Amino acid sequence: MSGDFANLLADLKEDEVLKLTKERIESGEDPMKILEDSREGMGIVGKRFADGEYFLPELVFSGELLKQVTELVKPHLTQAVETKRLGTIVLGTVAGDIHDIGLNIVDFMLDVNGFEVHNLGVDVPKEKFVDKVKETKAPIVGLSGFLTPAFDAMKETVEAMEKAGLRKDIKIMIGGGQMDDEVKKYAGADAFGKDAMAAVALAKQWVGAS
Amino acid sequence: MEKKWVELSWEEKREERFKRWLSPDVKFASPEAENLYKERVTRFIKAIKLEEADRVPVMLPVEFYPAYYAGGNLKKVMYDYDELKRAWLKFMHDFDMDSFIAPSLVFPGPVMDMIDYKLEKWPGHGLADDAPIYQFIEGEYMPPEEYDALITDPADYLQRYFLPRSVGAFSAFKKLSPITPFVAIPVWYISQFGDPEIRQAYQTLLDAGQECMKWMAVVGEVSQAGLEAGYPNIWGGMSGAPFDMIGDMLRGTRGIMMDMFQRPDKLHEAMARLVPIAINEAVSSANASGCPIIFMPLHKGTGGFMSNQQFETFYWPSFKKVLMGLVSEGLVPMPFAEGNYQPRLEIIRDMPRSSMIWWFEQMDMAKAKEILGDNACIAGNLPVSVLCTGTPEEVKKRCRQLIETCAPGGGYMLTAAAYMDIGNPDNLRAMMEAAKEYGVY
Repeated sequence: MSGDFANLLADLKEDEVLKLTKERIESGEDPMKILEDSREGMGIVGKRFADGEYFLPELVFSGELLKQVTELVKPHLTQAVETKRLGTIVLGTVAGDIHDIGLNIVDFMLDVNGFEVHNLGVDVPKEKFVDKVKETKAPIVGLSGFLTPAFDAMKETVEAMEKAGLRKDIKIMIGGGQMDDEVKKYAGADAFGKDAMAAVALAKQWVGAS
Repeated sequence: MEKKWVELSWEEKREERFKRWLSPDVKFASPEAENLYKERVTRFIKAIKLEEADRVPVMLPVEFYPAYYAGGNLKKVMYDYDELKRAWLKFMHDFDMDSFIAPSLVFPGPVMDMIDYKLEKWPGHGLADDAPIYQFIEGEYMPPEEYDALITDPADYLQRYFLPRSVGAFSAFKKLSPITPFVAIPVWYISQFGDPEIRQAYQTLLDAGQECMKWMAVVGEVSQAGLEAGYPNIWGGMSGAPFDMIGDMLRGTRGIMMDMFQRPDKLHEAMARLVPIAINEAVSSANASGCPIIFMPLHKGTGGFMSNQQFETFYWPSFKKVLMGLVSEGLVPMPFAEGNYQPRLEIIRDMPRSSMIWWFEQMDMAKAKEILGDNACIAGNLPVSVLCTGTPEEVKKRCRQLIETCAPGGGYMLTAAAYMDIGNPDNLRAMMEAAKEYGVY
């Protein structure tokens, strides 16, 4: 039964997923179980994305389905949701750049692979990255950027980490648009990831989970 | 008897357009400038025809760079038309190039301010004063319920729904009645122009148009100066893919991807509706500019974003109709395939031989040459990271590799994977040097 739910979600069967969610709530089932199954379904979506079977439209649509399921379940939750996480990551598109498609794919993939992601969004000032790392004690920072001005913004963000005394405790990965190993060197980051799967692999390696 | 335009084949139409491109309506600065102009255009034409020219042609990857090079920045040239002219002419005088593009994409700042344009951030307006480029603000400007309105009458939709949302000064356009009234009694239609808010919106439109004329005069002057000095224009007009027109401007990435699942028929219908619009705009620009190359930035059909199957279902069919429409008018589409088009190579081969130029960003150019090289001219793809942060020697080395991979047999234009916005001018010079040193046939 629960496997069916996860698979229906992973197969993006909108009507069936919502119908089944309502039935399970009405039957008095523990709403936490529905959320766990949803999580499993999203894990399958992530795996299919990594395998090249799913692409961005499926991520977007599955995210929308999850949102709808969560909204149905939420009023029935009696306890806060707690999930065991592999590690914490602070993520954002650097200052001066407002692109978020790649950023959100990386967020999605890290999340379904068990990381706690603090996505700061786009055009994030370097101070905000520093503050968030201090607050969350995240050992990993992901800097996203699409345009050439991001080269310098990334460099400045890495320098800000250095100045704040955080650099030695964190690993920094970069990715997006015109980024590559040249930019990694230029910015003083630890790694460049060419896609969301590379980001997951790097994060797992850095927390010793791979 | 001479054949009428409509009776010509696409190749014949293109020859006519190439002739016009080769002999622009200008007085060249010198016989030497004229000779060089013709040599340069011929170099591009041969590459398009998949023939070996005297050497590999170069499209310097420059958009707003002259603003920076001349000691200013994008903001300065957006708001100061004299400075705009000075910067572009300085760049033109200081560089050896195969082509030169007038600053028609440096939008006039005063106009952007007057109309309160909401779809872009620009330097000093949402971006730092020294930002070297604009940024597009994507959003869901069209809710899904409005597909029918768009499909029924795109012009009406643009005027009464899209413009009021995308341009602050035109928000009163939402009060307009349908712009294509069936009951043709003019006084009812005319009466709405008595509304004070609508009048104000139109007054701003008129004033902005007048301001645009000042800017266009300068752009025209620079463009003319480029031709006189012997530098061809390679930007005859712009167009794009219907999927992007809807995804970028109307529904947003999230919206259009939901539509692929939830309302695919509406999406297909709307894209089909935009095909002739995308073609007509480009034809009219090319007729005015005299250059047959149509620049087409592509966004959402890239390899990482959708599968080949989704590309073939949602992206390629209407885009191919636009391409074929341009080709059949004798134009040369030049899509700039942002992202990774490697998975698409087999699909995009499906066009008449030597009818277009594919400019690639992320691409194994050896693969592109192998799969697409006998079908279309390819261009690209020196990494911008090397161009912006590397040395001239590195640039030259990477250009040499590209030339050795892509040039044999013809059908290659040397350029970068995107534009260089700021950076070492010698890196641009190194690209020209590489073409002259390693790109001679």
